[in-house]
Amino acid sequence: MNAPANPATLINRAARATPPGLAGKVRGLSDKAIAWLFISPTIVLLLAINIFPLIWTIQLSFTSYRANRPNAPLRDVGLAHYNDILTNPDIWAAMQVTARFVIATIIIQTVLGFVLAWLIDRKFRGSGFWTTVILLPMMLSPAVVGNFWTFLYQPQIGLFNYMVAFVSGIPPSSFQMLGDVRLSPWAIVLVDSWMWTPYVMLICLAGLRSIPDYIYEAAEVDRASKWRQFWTITLPMAMPFIMLAVLFRGIENFKMFDMVNLLTGGGPGSTTEVASITLKREAFEKWRTGYSSAFAIILFVTVFGLANIYVRALNKVKAR
Amino acid sequence: MSGNSTAYSIVEPSRASKRIAGTIVVLYAVLTLIPLVWIVLTSIKSPQDSISYPPKVIPWVHFEPTIEGFCNLFTTRSRQTPDYLATLPPPSGACEVQARAKNMVIVSESKYIPRFLNSVIIAFGSTALAVFLGTLAAYGFSRFRVPLKDDLLFFILSTRMMPPIAVAIPIYLMYRELGLQDTRLGMILLYTSVNVSLAVWLLKGFIDEIPREYEEAAMIDGYTRLQAFRKVVLPQAATGIAATAIFCMIFAWNEYAFAVLLTSGDAQTAPPFIPIIIGEGGQDWPAVAAGTTLFLIPILVFTVLLRKHLLRGITFGAVRK
Repeated sequence: MNAPANPATLINRAARATPPGLAGKVRGLSDKAIAWLFISPTIVLLLAINIFPLIWTIQLSFTSYRANRPNAPLRDVGLAHYNDILTNPDIWAAMQVTARFVIATIIIQTVLGFVLAWLIDRKFRGSGFWTTVILLPMMLSPAVVGNFWTFLYQPQIGLFNYMVAFVSGIPPSSFQMLGDVRLSPWAIVLVDSWMWTPYVMLICLAGLRSIPDYIYEAAEVDRASKWRQFWTITLPMAMPFIMLAVLFRGIENFKMFDMVNLLTGGGPGSTTEVASITLKREAFEKWRTGYSSAFAIILFVTVFGLANIYVRALNKVKAR
Repeated sequence: MSGNSTAYSIVEPSRASKRIAGTIVVLYAVLTLIPLVWIVLTSIKSPQDSISYPPKVIPWVHFEPTIEGFCNLFTTRSRQTPDYLATLPPPSGACEVQARAKNMVIVSESKYIPRFLNSVIIAFGSTALAVFLGTLAAYGFSRFRVPLKDDLLFFILSTRMMPPIAVAIPIYLMYRELGLQDTRLGMILLYTSVNVSLAVWLLKGFIDEIPREYEEAAMIDGYTRLQAFRKVVLPQAATGIAATAIFCMIFAWNEYAFAVLLTSGDAQTAPPFIPIIIGEGGQDWPAVAAGTTLFLIPILVFTVLLRKHLLRGITFGAVRK
């Protein structure tokens, strides 16, 4: 009856009597050790594959290094690359193309995405099914699907030209979406919006669904018109969500490479040459590694800075 | 005042407005599906039918479906003289028949299957690694007091803001030094590093939702912290882990910029390969469409599986339903 309890149950009993934090220490690793054991592999991986390369990029940006001539003598050029880039009209042209692309896609996708979400929020029959259908394009590979759009955009045989011709009556071979200086930026905006409007729609939908019904009920009781309800309840309350969608789309489209590379490759001329395409040309075609490293750093600082300013604005809207 | 109407019915949209909304949304959905339907239709056309004007839309009515696109996708062929073809044994297999009808013989298998396999291996490898690392880190961030936690989490997220081309420059140099250029291992590590930020953020959200009391109860019952993590938290987080895994998989599957710059042969994945499928006299659109169709099918399946978690996945866990 009074047989000595076996040691394991003893420890367990002791552990049960002690607070959990201490219990962990009694039987195994401390919480602190576990926390570091769990987190450090991720940090190490990111340091090795993101931060170390970033530091290397910074260092290369001050040199004349060319990746295709690794044995050429290295010259220290100081800030010359940065100076060249910031005074180079071609770079500024690329930045303008990027800015116009980002702004156009954000406006189109936000308006269209919000309207779609607003309509879907009416919960008509089958809205769940059709929402899933609408979401399909954004899950697909922009490169693979973008490549297929070059076929849809073919002047004589492409389905896009045929449909435009069918609706408008102008001959399908009279315009070239990808070959025309005026149309090619819009060709890219169209494909990007086709893919990513659902993304904005989905986030806006979450925003609209987060507005509790009782607010609308109170407004009804106060005899506020639907129009007024939209401007004073729906839009302000969905605003943080809309701004979040704009942030994600802004960052993604600032980095845009794959779709543009496959649709136009930056052409015709350099009308659709966004910053990433310029960077690819400098780094992997002209092999001006040092120069392109400096450009990469400038791009990173730009996107990081803009995102930071924007997040601050977002937090202000959220706090209201 | 309409005293008998319930509070619910005041805000419920009217039937007419529902019908109008439904019509517009369905119209948009149909319009948005056209390019995808066209990919599938093109994959079963002959090259002539694929470029006909006006476009041929309905199979069996406007055009006769053929497997030629898929045959051209999987094989490389060469043109031969009829005299030479006459000396060959009769064709075996549907693709061989297709080729003979055009005075061609199948020379070899194309590179599509190896490229597709590379995509599968790299997507699975990087997903497994990212989810493994991400689960551990997410648990660490969710349950313990980590110094500079917010800064570390923001650092993990900020690695995603870099334009891929900017990252590719030093990675290219680093991989050249380490012999990882154009290797599957190199691509797996690279995609893992990109995906791990998504995995940490998503999984932290999922683990935050599991009440701490569950583990604390288990620990009072004699589990160690690690046992509680394995036997209580992991099963509870299983759905979240699965959803995260699918998101990582989709990223790795779709990725193009790194793949096109850092791989050219042995480790090349499908996205950089599909656009360079070329037939006789320009791009062979049915073959491209066939390759695209096969490449998109897994993603369509995943999207349907994921639809409940999509919102979370695309916003890094910032928005939860």
